[in-house]
Amino acid sequence: MLSFEVRAQPSVAMSFASPLLALALTVAIAALLFRLLGRDPVSGLGVFFVEPFATRYSIAEVALKATPLILCALGLAVCYRANVWNIGAEGQFLLGAICAGGVALWVTTAGIEAPRGVLVPVVLLAGIAGGMAWAAITALLRDWCNANEILVSLMLVYVAQQLLNYLVFGPWKDPLGFNFPQTKTFVAATLLPNLLPQSRLHIGLVLALALVAIFWAFLFRFWGGYQLQIGGLAPAAARYAGFSARAALWGAMLISGGMAGLAGAMEAVGPLRQLTPYVSTGYGFTAIIVCFVGRLHPFGIVFSGVLLSMFLIGGELGQSRLGLPNALTGVFQGLLLFLLLACDTLIDYRPRWRRLVSARDEPATPAQLPAGGAP
Amino acid sequence: MNEVALLIAATIASGTPLALAGLGLLLNEKAGVVNLGAEGMMLVAAIAGFAAAYHGGSQWIGFSAGALAGVAMAAVFGWLVIWLNTNQYATGLALSLFGTGLSAFVGIGYVGKKLAERSTFEVPGLVHLPFLGDAVFRQHPLAYFAMALALGIAWFLYRSPAGLILRSVGEAPESAHALGIEVRGIRLAAVLAGGALCGLAGAFLSLVYAPLWVEGLVSGRGWIALALTTFATWRPARVLAGAYLFGGVTMLQFQLQSEGVQIASQLLTMLPYLATVAVLALISRNPAWIRINMPGALGKPFHPGA
Repeated sequence: MLSFEVRAQPSVAMSFASPLLALALTVAIAALLFRLLGRDPVSGLGVFFVEPFATRYSIAEVALKATPLILCALGLAVCYRANVWNIGAEGQFLLGAICAGGVALWVTTAGIEAPRGVLVPVVLLAGIAGGMAWAAITALLRDWCNANEILVSLMLVYVAQQLLNYLVFGPWKDPLGFNFPQTKTFVAATLLPNLLPQSRLHIGLVLALALVAIFWAFLFRFWGGYQLQIGGLAPAAARYAGFSARAALWGAMLISGGMAGLAGAMEAVGPLRQLTPYVSTGYGFTAIIVCFVGRLHPFGIVFSGVLLSMFLIGGELGQSRLGLPNALTGVFQGLLLFLLLACDTLIDYRPRWRRLVSARDEPATPAQLPAGGAP
Repeated sequence: MNEVALLIAATIASGTPLALAGLGLLLNEKAGVVNLGAEGMMLVAAIAGFAAAYHGGSQWIGFSAGALAGVAMAAVFGWLVIWLNTNQYATGLALSLFGTGLSAFVGIGYVGKKLAERSTFEVPGLVHLPFLGDAVFRQHPLAYFAMALALGIAWFLYRSPAGLILRSVGEAPESAHALGIEVRGIRLAAVLAGGALCGLAGAFLSLVYAPLWVEGLVSGRGWIALALTTFATWRPARVLAGAYLFGGVTMLQFQLQSEGVQIASQLLTMLPYLATVAVLALISRNPAWIRINMPGALGKPFHPGA
């Protein structure tokens, strides 16, 4: 019978191997699923794992979609390390897009003349402020009323989406837009400069990578980041050391809200150039998976951000090339997180194969481990 | 028909899925397990129920399929959190994300499909009562089931020996284990029961309440049901009352719209979510009140002595 025994120390090797194992299992299940759908598994997997890197344009698209995922996940990593369960990054992302888009729209309609070097930072800061403000509602209710941050932040996602709908169907609708729910296209001076000609990739990627380094330094080299993490790992020890739990809550929520807001702002004045009800394709939720697959570590998040971005691109390609439903991406995403959590068990536990009857008398020997004994 | 009676009837109908799911989650949490996957379980059950009823031709086949789908999802969750001791929040979240994706994927072929003509339900005799007949006695049988269930669960938890064991597992699993109670088995049973009820709630949405399938049909009701358990301070009767309260808020937006109130529909759609946040904040304000009522080991993993 397969049993798990506690390791003396968490396995470092396994904490690296677990995401890879989870990915391998996801790929195996994906191949099986393609088979069941009557598609060739090789070409199906090729669409998800090879074609996103086939052309310069598609590589740029992978980087483009990885940018908001990395930004949101960086903020969430700080939250989860501080044991603050913000799962409403999607809502904070939308508020960032709304605030940044609002400023860009105002600049557009009022015909304000200013250089791009002034307007773009203002627009992005508006987005950060919007995301922070939305996250602050959750922090405030947690701080003052002890309201569960998981439920509040999640409820606010629905509120944010309705707010966006209200604006683009109502006051912000382009009067010349044939009644489509969308704003005017923003003027060029508010848009993010392009990074790669003939692609939609913008300088947000550079900013995101710079923030990866900053977050790494903050988490592992600065006192504030250390305090946050101790608060998450050992609340009693943090209290004893005099670290403020309130400061950790507010710090984590505002940082992650700001990052999600920045991501939303970049989406609005980056590839979209206007606001529509479909500003986010679930970036805030996908970022939760990115965060866990990346081991809550800024460098890991870069890799998992690219991986989950590949899933998104693969889903789109699968739809256009193979006629597969785009919703397949969501299945793979959820599956990956599930399998990751299951594989993470191997970090703290060692699987052992024991005979059921005489388990107590005869300790298992490694020779009794069957091939593929790990779950 | 009387307008107020109709509003009451609609409130009961929209409160029923919340009550079913909320009561299921209550059982989970009384055993010490938080399942954030409610939204995902309800979505998968909604499409499973819809598909089964569409092909099977009977609503009851649909409800069975929905409940089974809920149980299957809950079983995966239960195995992960109870035996592998994975983080309950993260695992529940994974269940919700997976369920959202899976239901969207499976449901593509069912968007816009119609079920066979919906039959009407009425309680014989009582339906002819003035006012009450229209308000209360024209509901789907599951609406009465939800009411009976609240009473049944209250009796089970506080009056039956099995209920005492369930609560002990949620309050102090180590002590329960020392008494020879199979903590993990009981937790799994509670999780599966919760999955079945969330499944029924999901199937109710796609078979009776909507009755159709669209992507994201559940639209946050799983999360509202989770909030309900806190709101109800883990009391079954209060879960039922809370479900009707939120059902009423949902109906209120339609009522306001039909009365021509000059508020954009999108802002009215926010109402149930804002109400959930407001109620959660108000009820959580008194930490002692929550601490007394919350199961002692809620969300904490249990390792049987190594």
